[in-house]
Amino acid sequence: MIRRWFPHPVLSVLLLLIWLLLKQSLAPGTILLGALLGIALARMYDLLRPPKARAHDFHLLGVLFVRVTIDIFRSNLAVARIILARNRSLNSGFVAIPLDLTDRHGLAVLACIITSTPGTIWVSYDSSANILLIHVLDLADEQVWIDTIKRRYERLLLGIFQ
Amino acid sequence: MSHDVLEAIIILAQLLLLLAMSFSITRMLRGPRAQDRVLALDALYVNAMILLLTIGIRSDSLLYVEAGLIIGLLGFAGTVALAKFLMRGQVIE
Amino acid sequence: MNHLDALPPWAAILVAVFVLLGALFAFIGSVGLLRLENFYQRVHAPTLGTTLGTFFMLAGSITCFSVLHGRPIFYEILIGVFLTLTTPITLMLLVRAALYRDREEGSQDVPRKLPGE
Repeated sequence: MIRRWFPHPVLSVLLLLIWLLLKQSLAPGTILLGALLGIALARMYDLLRPPKARAHDFHLLGVLFVRVTIDIFRSNLAVARIILARNRSLNSGFVAIPLDLTDRHGLAVLACIITSTPGTIWVSYDSSANILLIHVLDLADEQVWIDTIKRRYERLLLGIFQ
Repeated sequence: MSHDVLEAIIILAQLLLLLAMSFSITRMLRGPRAQDRVLALDALYVNAMILLLTIGIRSDSLLYVEAGLIIGLLGFAGTVALAKFLMRGQVIE
Repeated sequence: MNHLDALPPWAAILVAVFVLLGALFAFIGSVGLLRLENFYQRVHAPTLGTTLGTFFMLAGSITCFSVLHGRPIFYEILIGVFLTLTTPITLMLLVRAALYRDREEGSQDVPRKLPGE
């Protein structure tokens, strides 16, 4: 019964929160409408039969969030320096990274992390050989980037999703 | 006194953002390839959204924040459609 | 008389710093868009505006409106939430489209197609 009406409770609560933020009020009517919207949209989402996400370790999720925030700050400064440096020959290129992570949600999170960090971008993913292709703006040493991605992000994502 | 400085700094920020938008437009006109133009259009959306936020701060109106939200969402839809078109357009040719 | 005069000095300084930093990062991102040499380099530049540029500008806006209205106003973070969710998707799609087009043309600068892609 509960599964039927609340197939995705987290999604429903998030939609309610977004609704309350947009309306900027806590009036009973707003909360009621937001709750109805949250439940209805979550049920519609369930009709798409999405694969279930299972996050095991919420402590690691927090660690990952802090780490990604710090990295975004640092690489913003690094990329800004590269752009403003005059006439520096830039060595950028593609890097192929063999992955151990196979969970689809984990890969989606990794894609968002790599792309939102300035200086690196997710290019493509080979699902049969499990090889990820990224493009790096300032490529000095391929091995350094492979180690960075694997050690800083992939290990945490393996702990969270697999 | 310090508020004149604040006002001046916001105007300076707006000038910077206008310059940023003009750079994006230059890249959009110059290309050289279709993907460069789409990328520049996306950057233009984001700069316009940030500029709207500064206008909101200067005119004490939260309405601009909502306008920024809409620009962000429409810009996303537009860029995704164009990127999809770039992939498909070549197939049909 | 201006509504900004109602800001206490500490808030005025904070707002000024945030607004200037936000505009600066967006500006540098667009400079990169103009100056970098090829598409795969240029695609990195606008991320500056969508991450720290937007972050600082939202921080300035939240500080300004919360202090002026005397209550926390933070629904601007919705812009940040939507932008963090959508930017990776647009950039990834764009890079994939560019890669596809370059491979169609037989360009030697991009890696060859992997079997399981």
